[in-house]
Amino acid sequence: MYRIRFHGRGGQGIRTAASVLGSALFASGREVQDAPRYGAERRGAPMSAHVRAGRSVIVERGAIAQPDLVVVADPTLLAGGVLQGLSAQSVLFLNGSEPADELRTRLACPGRVVTWPGAARELEETTGVAIGALCAGGAARLLGVISRTTLEQALLAEIAGHGSGAAEAGRALGLAGFDALADSAGMVGEGVDDPGAGDAPPDWVRLALDDASLAAPDVFREATSELVQTGLWRTSRPVIDAALCSRCSWVCTTLCPDSAIHAKAGEVPQIDYEHCKGCLVCVLACPPHAIRALPERQPATAGNPR
Amino acid sequence: MSRVLLNGNAAAAWGARLARVDYVPAFPITPQTGIIETLAAWFASGDAEGRMTTCESEHSMVTAAAAAAATGVRVFTATSSQGLLYAMEMVFAVPGWRAPFVLVNVSRALATPITLEPDHSDVLAARDSGFLQIHCASCQEVLDSVLLAYRLGEDPRVRLPVIVNQDGFHLSFTREPVDLPDAAAVDAFLPPFDAQQAGFRASRPVSQAVAVLGGSPYSYFRYQVHLAQNAALAAYDEIAADFAARFARQHPAVEAYRCDDAEIVYFLIGSLSARARLAADRLRASGLRVGVVRPRLLRPYPAAALRALLAGKRAVAVVDQNLSMGSGGILHGELGGALHGHADMPLLLSFVGGLGGREVSDGEFAAMAREAFAAARSGEVPEARLLYTAGELRELRKLQAVAGLAPGSPR
Ligand code: SF4
Ligand code: SF4
Repeated sequence: MYRIRFHGRGGQGIRTAASVLGSALFASGREVQDAPRYGAERRGAPMSAHVRAGRSVIVERGAIAQPDLVVVADPTLLAGGVLQGLSAQSVLFLNGSEPADELRTRLACPGRVVTWPGAARELEETTGVAIGALCAGGAARLLGVISRTTLEQALLAEIAGHGSGAAEAGRALGLAGFDALADSAGMVGEGVDDPGAGDAPPDWVRLALDDASLAAPDVFREATSELVQTGLWRTSRPVIDAALCSRCSWVCTTLCPDSAIHAKAGEVPQIDYEHCKGCLVCVLACPPHAIRALPERQPATAGNPR
Repeated sequence: MSRVLLNGNAAAAWGARLARVDYVPAFPITPQTGIIETLAAWFASGDAEGRMTTCESEHSMVTAAAAAAATGVRVFTATSSQGLLYAMEMVFAVPGWRAPFVLVNVSRALATPITLEPDHSDVLAARDSGFLQIHCASCQEVLDSVLLAYRLGEDPRVRLPVIVNQDGFHLSFTREPVDLPDAAAVDAFLPPFDAQQAGFRASRPVSQAVAVLGGSPYSYFRYQVHLAQNAALAAYDEIAADFAARFARQHPAVEAYRCDDAEIVYFLIGSLSARARLAADRLRASGLRVGVVRPRLLRPYPAAALRALLAGKRAVAVVDQNLSMGSGGILHGELGGALHGHADMPLLLSFVGGLGGREVSDGEFAAMAREAFAAARSGEVPEARLLYTAGELRELRKLQAVAGLAPGSPR
């Protein structure tokens, strides 16, 4: 059985990626199961999707703990435990263009690593839901059991609901991803029949009664939300143009749902990029249109501070 | 018939479509919303004929469902978790109206703390309402059970509403191959609802669901619902046999997996049973005779069928994905009640696991079987156990450290 785990963010089309791959595998004669898993149901929040494909009816369910292939939608996700369960036989495929061996060493990844080859570097500039189609195309090629035509049909069928423009764009990107990985075709193998067989016995404990003040899910410490770097959720970055900002000081600062914009009277406000989650409410709200949205990947420049 | 990839929510919507439902009162809630969105799209496109009303709450939604059913039309609705609880006053009231309809519940754990992931505390809170309950373990079962539920609820012997339950995420959001039956074959299995004399008409006023004074008439009406539930046991077997003959899929009231010669049995409901089946296969490969018993029908409770299946077994590991605080696992308590006092019954071990979507690992299934074998050898039943590891407790303590202590708290 193939077990494939996708990691991405809300808004990157990862659910669609799993259904494209699932439909393509189903059309290729496999039994299939595909499922997204969300934490926070929000744009930018990390999420995963799980695809199983076997030769007989699939009984196992739930999150995939021992993947044969892990697909990561952008490099910022590498910090978040996406390597979990990878073995020497498995493959990590990153939608990025860092050379694969450098990435493998940097991450101390036990499995093989694939990124876009030099000639296809521009693919990593893809933004938004189209990333899902791109990743599905790459994953399909790595499995090596899906034909280009079958992939194309799955892309069109699964993205059709997003409108004909999106379906056409998704088809083109999915096939581009498929074509770009020709040299790695079929490098992912099918995993063990029963990954549960070697599962360790649990270190069960018996819970003791705690004081009620501890045993209610309450947060007493102030400002714990500062500990959560929601800045990592961002796929687009708001940038204030000082020349256009009228220094009203209140519109963006008040409407930012994360309180991530701070202003002193008469000054251009500062955006706290550790916590700005990239919702772009401020971009819509600023009266003189002084806030622009840039893709998060764009490297830091004078106009795009990090 | 065609074989397509559907998730549990789409399978539920297909069940309603193939049942040719007339009316769907609706209110959204994660993880159920996909069901009513799918139906709404079909009603709008004309792929299905029916009317949908978006209500302002689940309380109104269940009231509208039962009121429409009382006029003799076929009604479908769906909810989950806090939504089912918000409707609970009417969930307990409407079975006494004896107006059948189907409600798909997508199980999601209850507050507090609030969460999105599944356990069965929501649907089991409706256990004593008078609704029949069918519990599913695959997307195919969700679709088929909606069809079975209409036949069962509308059966003249029964005339009660039915909850078809599926697990959030593990079924609701999981696509897998599902056989879509032909509409004509479904029509033959499930003819239009014949409400007989019960169809309310504006031109023929009746007072339905009136008040009574005194416990005597009250006892009569309440016990009639109980008797109708009991009648549903035999009716279900007939209907499931007819379904199997037409569609070649078996959906018994109680599913038994590798039980014939089993010494130890896992007992649980819903999609977690997949893990139990794999565990039983694995243990059998190492020479241990282990099986799985999974009731699909929980109301009416198939007590006699369970006694027949479990007689002669050495021990049963009951895995409750729910918790009755102050008592323990609900399935464990109910099974004990059904087996107690009968000859040749196994020991019952109680495990509570999978609350709020917590995964139950393969290692834990193996460990539960080991404890059951040990209990069978010693004759001593261990204390009920929450499936919870030292590693989980360490992580929880870290969260509590971040959250800080209440002012003036003792630690
Ligand atoms: S809302 Fe616009 S004009 Fe006002 S302070 Fe913010 S960036 Fe400047
Ligand atoms: S995009 Fe703008 S409004 Fe949204 S979190 Fe960032 S700073 Fe706040």
